[in-house]
Amino acid sequence: MGKLIGWIDDRFPLMKMWNEHLAEYYAPKNFNFWYFFGSLALLVLVIQIVSGIFLVMHYKPDAELAFASVEYIMRDVPYGWLIRYMHSTGATAFFVVVYLHMLRGLMYGSYKKPRELIWLFGMMIYLALMAEAFMGYLLPWGQMSYWGAQVIISLFGAIPVVGEDLTLWIRGDFVISDATLNRFFSLHVIALPLVLIFLVVAHILALHEVGSNNPDGVEIKKNKDENGIPLDGIPFHPYYTVKDIVGVVVFLFFFATVMFFFPDGGGYLLEHANFIASDPLKTPEHIAPVWYFTPFYAILRAVPDKLLGVGAMGAAIVLLFFMPWIDRCKVKSIRYRSNIYKINLAVFVVSFVILGWLAMQHVTSTITLLSQIFSLLYFGFFVVLFITSKNEETKPVPDRVTE
Amino acid sequence: MSTDVVDKGKRRFLTAATSVVGAVGAGFVAVPFVASWMPSERAKNAGAPVEADISKLEEGRMMIVEWQSKPVWIVRRSQQMLDSLPKLTGNLRDPDSANADQQPEYAQNEHRSRKPEVLVLIGICTHLGCSPTYRPDIAPADLGDEWLGGFFCPCHSSRFDMAGRVYAGVPAPTNLPVPPHYYVTENTILVGEDGGAA
Repeated sequence: MGKLIGWIDDRFPLMKMWNEHLAEYYAPKNFNFWYFFGSLALLVLVIQIVSGIFLVMHYKPDAELAFASVEYIMRDVPYGWLIRYMHSTGATAFFVVVYLHMLRGLMYGSYKKPRELIWLFGMMIYLALMAEAFMGYLLPWGQMSYWGAQVIISLFGAIPVVGEDLTLWIRGDFVISDATLNRFFSLHVIALPLVLIFLVVAHILALHEVGSNNPDGVEIKKNKDENGIPLDGIPFHPYYTVKDIVGVVVFLFFFATVMFFFPDGGGYLLEHANFIASDPLKTPEHIAPVWYFTPFYAILRAVPDKLLGVGAMGAAIVLLFFMPWIDRCKVKSIRYRSNIYKINLAVFVVSFVILGWLAMQHVTSTITLLSQIFSLLYFGFFVVLFITSKNEETKPVPDRVTE
Repeated sequence: MSTDVVDKGKRRFLTAATSVVGAVGAGFVAVPFVASWMPSERAKNAGAPVEADISKLEEGRMMIVEWQSKPVWIVRRSQQMLDSLPKLTGNLRDPDSANADQQPEYAQNEHRSRKPEVLVLIGICTHLGCSPTYRPDIAPADLGDEWLGGFFCPCHSSRFDMAGRVYAGVPAPTNLPVPPHYYVTENTILVGEDGGAA
């Protein structure tokens, strides 16, 4: 065995990579619950790729055949239902895990110097993931697939001057059609997964270059022993690989529960209207995006102007990219930050959740008013943060991690 | 010829020039890929005009025909519906159909149609492309007392009157478009062509 590894190491940096990223990658010893979600996101990516590969073997990306081929997968392909539910549950799980992962970053200031690029790569992953989910949702070619895509593509039509031509270019036809389905299929199964994998590698390489943050927001590289190993660091493998396995078991418990018992999530994960084949002449009575897009959709609906609405929705996502520069406080962790920050972040999270709920409701004047209020609170987070973080009253940060 | 003096400026110039030419070449290579996303010849040819027979269309009812894969609505309006049009002028964004892109010249009038009672519209919301619902009922509970009949978009609650004119204060920016059309006979409409008359 040793001889084989030696033979490989002379030709390929196998042990070097193993050590750099696992056995001798020193992570802070005080990781808590919130640090499960990075490795879980990786697990879900693998689940999606594997289940996706097998779905492609039975699915037909053709406007005439797509809807029936999904029914065929559900009814006739041995275990086809399981593979498809795995993939659809995986999409939801991906966003659950990623949202919690992002919240962790906000709480412990993981986007701050020197980790700005990790955050930017992460945001790009989030963007690619949204595109991937959106394009995947068109493929079953049901009513929601069709009209959801119609609405989202029309968003680009709000861009002045080039908007209309741009939507034509994206659709490849004057309406959503076979051409659109085919190209979304190609992007969904080839282009975006490649982009995602590339970005995930960049995200992890950037992380391992500067080292992980932790719940105290203390740089463990400041205190090293005589061998240059951080005093508060422990090797990722075996310590955190073993810890993460516990997280994986608990996660799979929830995942399997949804997959086997609530695959359509009461109409929130697989929407009822999508069990009807697409009909270009009839919009479903009630259309709402899948839950993971709803907060942004609520912001879109809150603005009674096409261009401004689309602009506000875009800004809600783009602002997150700038977190490392909007937050000017030197202290990273929420543990040592002011009450203003704690309240501000809490309001932001609550607004995000409530906006998500509002987007699923039928529009009434009350719902619109509430959407407007919570949209303002959402954007208020960034404004308040920018103003208050410069001279924030913080508690003293310890030299070493506390747990 | 001396070989020990390196002209760094020349090197930098040549490297930069080569890079720029290479980038231009890459730009040209991108053209076919980007252009391949435009509608194919087959898609362009699919928009042939369609004929609609309105002899059986009753007053107050709507029929839908498909033209260029889009829903085209044909409504035979009642006198009451036509009477509602001038009452709404103050609530509309473009009551006089001033935006010439939204209808052919022959529909740029109060009732936005060739014949006052027959309305022909493309049933795609000008906001984000949903197909609005036909709501001819007056003052229903969900649309409020002011509603005099028209079209309501379920996606983002844009409102249009019985001539497809958009209300002010809703997300849709413009009136519903009137497609080119003409009467072949008394009761047959050809959607997709003007019939020469403009």
